[in-house]
Amino acid sequence: MHNVSDISIKDLSKIEGHGSVDIKVSRNKVKDLKLKIVENKRFYTQAVRGLSIENISSLVSRICGTCSLSHMTCCLEAIENGLGITPSDQSMALRHLSMNGTIARDHAMHLYMFCLPDVFGKDSVLDFDKEQMKVVEDGLKVKKAANSLSTLAAGRAVHAPYPKIGGFTQIPKKEDVKIVLKELVSVREHVLDLIDIFFNADFEFFCSARNIALTDKKFNFVEGRISDSEGKVVNEKEFAGHLHRVVIPYSQATGFGYKGERYLVGSISRLNLNKYNLHRKTMRDAGEYLSVFPSQNIFHNNLAQAIEILHCIDASVEILESSDFKLEKFPEIKKKTGEGIGVVEAPRGTLYYELNIKEGIVQDGLLVIPTAQNQVNMEKDIGELVQQNLDAGFDKHTIEHNIEKLIRAYDPCMSCASHFLRVNWKD
Amino acid sequence: MTEKDSNQMKRKLKIGWFTFTCCEGCAIIFIELLNDHFNEWKEKIDFKHIKMLKSRNELKNLDLAVVEGAISTQKDLDRLLEIRKNAKYVMAVGSCAITGMPAGLRNRFNQKQKKEISNVLKKFGYLERVEPVSKYIKVDSKVHGCPMDGELFVKEINTYLEKSR
Repeated sequence: MHNVSDISIKDLSKIEGHGSVDIKVSRNKVKDLKLKIVENKRFYTQAVRGLSIENISSLVSRICGTCSLSHMTCCLEAIENGLGITPSDQSMALRHLSMNGTIARDHAMHLYMFCLPDVFGKDSVLDFDKEQMKVVEDGLKVKKAANSLSTLAAGRAVHAPYPKIGGFTQIPKKEDVKIVLKELVSVREHVLDLIDIFFNADFEFFCSARNIALTDKKFNFVEGRISDSEGKVVNEKEFAGHLHRVVIPYSQATGFGYKGERYLVGSISRLNLNKYNLHRKTMRDAGEYLSVFPSQNIFHNNLAQAIEILHCIDASVEILESSDFKLEKFPEIKKKTGEGIGVVEAPRGTLYYELNIKEGIVQDGLLVIPTAQNQVNMEKDIGELVQQNLDAGFDKHTIEHNIEKLIRAYDPCMSCASHFLRVNWKD
Repeated sequence: MTEKDSNQMKRKLKIGWFTFTCCEGCAIIFIELLNDHFNEWKEKIDFKHIKMLKSRNELKNLDLAVVEGAISTQKDLDRLLEIRKNAKYVMAVGSCAITGMPAGLRNRFNQKQKKEISNVLKKFGYLERVEPVSKYIKVDSKVHGCPMDGELFVKEINTYLEKSR
C-alpha cells in the first residue's frame, strides 16, 4: 500500500490547450478535486458584439485552431437561420466535406499523436520503436488526406477562407477532386488498422452520464436534431433553456448541466445514439467493432473517433464522386435583423450558437462549447478514478498517468472551453 | 554508424515549442507539417519541450524556442522571460505572437466592455494590455500569418538546422 499525498498535475500534456488538476488526499480518500481550465481568456464574448455579420465567422474561427471550421460553420448556420437564408445543395455538400475533413484530421491527430503513446506504453510518439513508428507513419498519411479534404472544400484546414454566409467563394477544381479522392481511398486500410488498435486497447472506465448529440438519418456533423439517450428530441430553440450553467470558480471555463444532470457529448455520444446511420461501407467494414456501442466505457470514445474517421472518408468519397461543382451565385441577404441558432457536431461534440442580429450587426451571442459541457462530468470521473486507484493501492505516478489517460479519452479542448459567449441566459 | 553520423546525432538542434494566449492554430499547422517532415525532423531535432507531444518536458539550454500566442498574464510574462534566458534563439510564430492580435482584442474594448471583464482580469492575474512577444524580449526571427505560414516555417527551421551544423 502506497501512502499517497496530494496530487497536482500542473500542465496536462497531449491535449488541446492548457489544463491542470489539483487533488487533496487525506487518509487515502479524495477530499477535494479541482479540474482547472487554465487557458487564458481572449474575451470573445465581448469582442463579437458590434461586429458585422460579414466578419464574425472568421473571427470566431480564431477561438480555436483545431476546431476552427466547426466554429465557422456553426456561426454561419446561426446567421443564415436568423436571416432566412438557405444555402444551395452544393454549398451544403461543401459544408459536409469541410466538416468531414476537420473531424477526421482532428480525431487522427488526437488518436495517433496524443493517445497512441498510452496504448503502446510510451511517453511520446517521439519515443516509438520501429514497429510502432509504422503505425504513426500510416497515421500521418491519414492526417494528411483529411487535411487535403478540408483544404479542397474550405481553402485551408485552419481558419478557412472560402466559407461565407450562404455559400463558398471558391469551388473545388476537378483535378484536385481526383487527387483527394485517391488520397482518401488509399488511407482507408490504415484507418481500419487504427480501429482495431483502439478496439483491442483494454482501458476501461464507466461513465453513466446521459448522451447528447445531433442525430440524422444520414450520419453527419452539420444537419440533424438534438437528441438524448432517453430517446427525446430537443427543439433547437429550447436546447439552451434546458441547460444550466455550472460556475466553477477556479476554472476559466463555465460548465453545463442538462435538465439538472451531468451529460456527455462527443464521438461516443454520436455513436451511442446514431450508429445505425453511419455510411453503409463503414457499417460493412467496422461492423464487429460497432457492436460495443452503446457503451458507457469512456475509453470507447477513442474507438468511436477512429470509426468516425472511416465514416468521414466513406461519406466524403460518395459526395465527391457524385458532385459536379459549379460556381454559384450567393443567395441575396434581404433581411438584416433576426435571431438565429446554429448547431453542429464539432470533433468533441455538440456546438451551439445563438446570435442576435440587428441591421447586420451582431448584438449578442450565446455559445455552448463541447468541452465546457463535458467538464462537470470529466471532473467527477477523475475523482472516482483516483479513489478507485487509491483503494487499489496504486502509487502516485501511476495514478497521475491514469488521470491523464482518462482526460485524453475525453479529448477535451481547453482553447475552446474558456470562450463561451454568454448573454440572455435563461436561468 | 559512421563517425559523421554520430557527430550529427550529437548536434541535434534542441527545440522547444511554447504556447501563450492564442487559439493554438500555429501548433496545429506544425502538427500538420509533421505529415511530411516527421522522420527528417526526428533525426535532426531534439524536441526538448513540446507539451502537445510529450509529458516529460524540459526548458534548459535550448538552441531554439518557438513561441506562439500573445502575452496577456503575469504568468505568461514570467514564463517568456524564463524561455529567453534558456534559449539561444527565439522565433515568434503567428499573428498573436508577432502583433498581439487577434488575441489582444480586449485592448480595443470600450469602457463598458472593459468594466464587464475587469473582475476576471483581476482574479486571474491578467496584465493591463495584451502585448506581442517582442514587447518584452528580443525576437530573432518571425513567421507571419494567421495561422503561421507553414512553408515559411519550414524555411526558417532549415536556416537554424544549417546554423547548427
